[in-house]
Amino acid sequence: MTGKTRLLPFLLLAVSAAVACSHKPPATTPTPAPGPNQDSINAENARRDSIARAEAARRDSIARAQADADKLRNARDAATKALTQVIYFDFDSDALKDDARSSLDAKITILNSTPGVKLRVAGNTDERGSDEYNLALGQRRAAAAKRYLTDHGITADRIDIISYGEERPVATGHDESSWSQNRRDEFEITAGADQIKGAP
Amino acid sequence: MQLTQRLFMCAALAACFGVPARAMAQQQDTTRGVRIGLTYQPGTKPGVVVFPVNGPGGDSLQAIVQRDFDYGDRIEVIGGDAIQQTAKQQAAKNAIDFKVWKALSAAAVVQISVMGSTAHVNVYDVAAKKVAASHDVQVSGSPTAEDWRMSVHAMADQIEQWITGVHGIAATRILYVRGNRIYVIDSDGYGEHPVSEPGTVLAPAWSPDGHTIAYSELVKGGWNVVIRDLATGREHSVTATPGGLNITPAFSPDGQSLCYSHGEENGTDLYMVSASGTGAARRVTVGRGTDNVSPTFSPDGARLAFTSGRAGHPEVYTSDADGSNVALLTPFNFGDQNYRSNPDWSPDGRLIAFQSQLDGRFQIMTITLRDQTVKQLTSEGINEDPTWAPDGRHLAFTSSRTGVKEIFVLDAESGRARQLTHDPGARLAAWSHSTSAP
Repeated sequence: MTGKTRLLPFLLLAVSAAVACSHKPPATTPTPAPGPNQDSINAENARRDSIARAEAARRDSIARAQADADKLRNARDAATKALTQVIYFDFDSDALKDDARSSLDAKITILNSTPGVKLRVAGNTDERGSDEYNLALGQRRAAAAKRYLTDHGITADRIDIISYGEERPVATGHDESSWSQNRRDEFEITAGADQIKGAP
Repeated sequence: MQLTQRLFMCAALAACFGVPARAMAQQQDTTRGVRIGLTYQPGTKPGVVVFPVNGPGGDSLQAIVQRDFDYGDRIEVIGGDAIQQTAKQQAAKNAIDFKVWKALSAAAVVQISVMGSTAHVNVYDVAAKKVAASHDVQVSGSPTAEDWRMSVHAMADQIEQWITGVHGIAATRILYVRGNRIYVIDSDGYGEHPVSEPGTVLAPAWSPDGHTIAYSELVKGGWNVVIRDLATGREHSVTATPGGLNITPAFSPDGQSLCYSHGEENGTDLYMVSASGTGAARRVTVGRGTDNVSPTFSPDGARLAFTSGRAGHPEVYTSDADGSNVALLTPFNFGDQNYRSNPDWSPDGRLIAFQSQLDGRFQIMTITLRDQTVKQLTSEGINEDPTWAPDGRHLAFTSSRTGVKEIFVLDAESGRARQLTHDPGARLAAWSHSTSAP
């Protein structure tokens, strides 16, 4: 402790001396450099331009790749969304309505271009029917979607079905606005998600 | 209880003012249409006094027996502090004063004394002024023993038989679903505990001996019928029809077979398999793509009732146990959106209870098999999934009358209802067969 504080003034002196020295002009003047040669200037400019061009190209390609990736991701998202889009049913019915059919048609287009993709269809019901009968009704709703897909060329082993009856509602109200949201088939991608690239 | 207290006041007043007690009793007979001798007649309820009980657990034993009689709806329990005081005095003097009990319109007096694990029961016929039945009944150890309450229920059921000629239903249990478990509860609302592992479970059913239950459980690939031994907790799945739906099991009355619903992509049909769930399953219904669920056996096991959507929407059908001779049981109007489902065949074979939608809300109804007479039993809230007690008179069912789903018990004869469970979300009840039937 005391040793260090005794040393401090000397240290400060040394530092200030060094700073004073650095402000002094150099003692010796170096030999002047040879004048610039036009060829070397041109070469240097060309080199700089080429670097700039390469960098611009690199920037462009990154932006392009980014845009391509975005487009691809958007397409993939859109395809995934279409594949998992929920379809809805009328009370105590497994009949496919028009909008359900067009949703299934969109799924078929994607499934045709992605042979490795597999789907699980889960049939659900509203709370009104018998708890037990609703399991069978949910099964029938899932089977109706599967039948539509297989009737349109999708192989049966790519679609498996399950019923949750009224056990997994998405809306918990006790009115038609909740019931209509619960009478549904949900679609889950169970295999081949990496194959999905979107509509060609 | 209030009635009997009022009755006692009347009797006391009658005594004070010198009105002949007999005339008073007769007047009450005509106004209330009850009070008879020891022979039970439908629509009448004999009044019974249960004396204070001597021996271990005496006070609660008396309370249990009185509550069992009350819940049985065949006996009018004559109670109240003044009556118990009188009973206590008579018991102390070991002299039953039949005049007092006759004045109170009691048909029978029940005196129980417990020595160790033996309960000595005397049932006195008040009109005949003599002992009508005297028996020793075994109770299970001390009041702290796990099966003690059930053994007292069994005794109450036996006493009910001596008094009314009909065995009581106190020594029974009820399975139901709440949240992610199957639970069991004693018929008087005590002893509730889970009897399944956590999962998505539905549709519990009893084996006739009450040792085994079956229910459906959501597994990875669909629904399995699970058979569980209650004593050991050991369980296994029915594997005859793997995958898809395997739901709504029901044991046959002889305990040999299990009927359940299996569905894949072409509708859901009833199948029959051995009660152990092993071996091949035999298909019972040919639904042609429709749904056939919720089977219930006739008491002789020869016939089935079930819910089927074969006519476009669910109705109750009957068939032979092999699936032949299918007939529509519940009448419906073409185009009617309301439907009928979840049959349960009454233990006496005469009736089938089911649920029927009125303006989209389910209510409990019964239909006679002989002439298809339909009787509506509930109207408050939504009421679903009826299950008969072994007396063929009481039903347990899911009711939303309190605003949440709970299991209620209804006396189909008097219309009296009581709440059995007290935690929201109870549903899908199944009443056991009697554990004390002779």
